[in-house]
Amino acid sequence: MITHHLNDNLLMAYSAGSLPEAFNLVVATHISVCDDCRARLAGFDALGGALMEDDEADLAEDSLANVMARIKSGAATAKPAPKPRDPVLPSPLVDAIGGGLDAVQWRPVGGGVRQAILRTSDKASARLLHIPAGAAVPDHGHQGLELTLVLQGAFRDEEARFARGDVEIATQDTQHTPIAEPGADCICLAATDAPLKFRAILPRLAQPFLRI
Amino acid sequence: MNCRIKGKNISYLCIFFDPAVRQYRMSGMFDSFQPLTVPRHAPALPHMMRQKRFAWAVRQGLKRVSSDKDKDWGAALRRVADAQDRDAFAELFGHFGPRVKAYLMKSGADAASAEECTQDVMVTVWRKAGQFNPARASAATWIFTIARNRRIDMLRRDNRPDPEDLPWGPEAEPDQEDALSLQQETEKLANALRELPEAQRSMIERAYFNDLSHSEIADATGLPLGTIKSRIRLALERLRHSLS
Repeated sequence: MITHHLNDNLLMAYSAGSLPEAFNLVVATHISVCDDCRARLAGFDALGGALMEDDEADLAEDSLANVMARIKSGAATAKPAPKPRDPVLPSPLVDAIGGGLDAVQWRPVGGGVRQAILRTSDKASARLLHIPAGAAVPDHGHQGLELTLVLQGAFRDEEARFARGDVEIATQDTQHTPIAEPGADCICLAATDAPLKFRAILPRLAQPFLRI
Repeated sequence: MNCRIKGKNISYLCIFFDPAVRQYRMSGMFDSFQPLTVPRHAPALPHMMRQKRFAWAVRQGLKRVSSDKDKDWGAALRRVADAQDRDAFAELFGHFGPRVKAYLMKSGADAASAEECTQDVMVTVWRKAGQFNPARASAATWIFTIARNRRIDMLRRDNRPDPEDLPWGPEAEPDQEDALSLQQETEKLANALRELPEAQRSMIERAYFNDLSHSEIADATGLPLGTIKSRIRLALERLRHSLS
C-alpha cells in the first residue's frame, strides 16, 4: 500500500515535459507501481490536451499532401511487445541501467551504504542507493529538491516510514537521517538538483569524490 | 465512468485532480453522477419513458459530439486504425494539425520547425492509431502526448521515460460506456478551462507551453513565487470542482 505519493507540481511538470531527466526517471518509476498517480497523470495529460485544443496556427499549403505521401510509404507500427518484468526494478529503471539489479555497478560510499550513479542530464543527478538493513544514511539537509523512491525494503526518518513505491519529497526545509528497517536491505532511487548538505564533517569531505 | 486498472474500478478524470474524493469515487458512491444510467427496477410505464429519455439523451449526446467543434475524433482514429480511412485522417489532420503547430510554436519552435514536427506528429498519429484506446484517453489527450514527446526531441529537452505499461492482459474491445463518459468528462474539463480567470489560466499555460518551472515563471512575469503557486493551485481546484 503506497502512502507517499507525487505532488501536483511534479505530475504537472512531468505531463508538460519540463522536468530534468533525473526527476522524470523517479516520476516514471513511481507511476509504474502506483495506480493512483497513474490516474492523476492521465488527468494532467487531459489538461494538456484541452489547452492544446484552444489555439491554432496556419499550416503550410502542402502539409497534408506531404503527410499523405509519407504515410503511403510506411507501414503502421504494431504495439511493442511487453518486455519481461523485473521483480524489483520497473521498466524505466531497467532501461536507465541497461539491465536488472545484477547489472548495477555498485560503489561503496561508507557505512556499508553503496550507490550507483545513473547517467542523466546534468540539471539533476540520479542514483541508486543500497542501504543494509538497520544502517543509516548520514544526517543531511537539502539545498534543492530531493526525491527518494523506495524499490525494496523500507526506511524511516524523523517524519515517517517509506516502503516500496513510496516517494519522499525533501526540500530545503527537510533535515533528516534515514535509517533502513531491519529485514531486507533497502534499495532506493534518489534524485536531486543540488548537492546534499551533510552535518558531519567526514561525509562533507567525501562529497566531491562521491558526487552526492 | 469507470475504468478498470488491475481489476480495480477507478473512475476516470473526475478523480484525477482531487485525492480527497478519490476514495468515494472508487467505491462507487458517486455513481449517481452518471448522466445516462437507466435504473434497472423502475416500474413499467416510467421505465419505458426513461428508456425513451435515455435514447433521446444518447441522440443529443451524439449530436453534440458530432457538431464540428466536438466531433467524435476517437471514432475517426478508430476508422484510421481499422480501415486506413484516408478521409477520416484528413479530417483529423484538419482539426489537430493547426493545434499541434500552435502548441509547438508557443513552446518556442520557429514556424518552419513547428511545421516539420507537426507533420511528424501526424504521421505518428496515422501509424499508432491502432494503439489509441478511447476508454483511456480522449483523442486530444492522446495526440497531445505524441506532440509533447516530439517537442522534447525537437527542442532537445531532458529525456523523459514513460512509465511501465499496465499489464492489461489480452486487450478487450474498449468499453463503450467508459469511452462515452471519458469523452463527457473531457468536455467538462475543456469548458472549465475556458471559464478560468485569465490570471490563473495563463499560469497553467506557461507551465505547459513555455517549459518553465515556477521560479522561472516568477522571473519572467515579475510576480512573486507565492502568487504563482497559489494561482496554479486555485486553477486546479476550480477544474476539480467543475468535474465533481
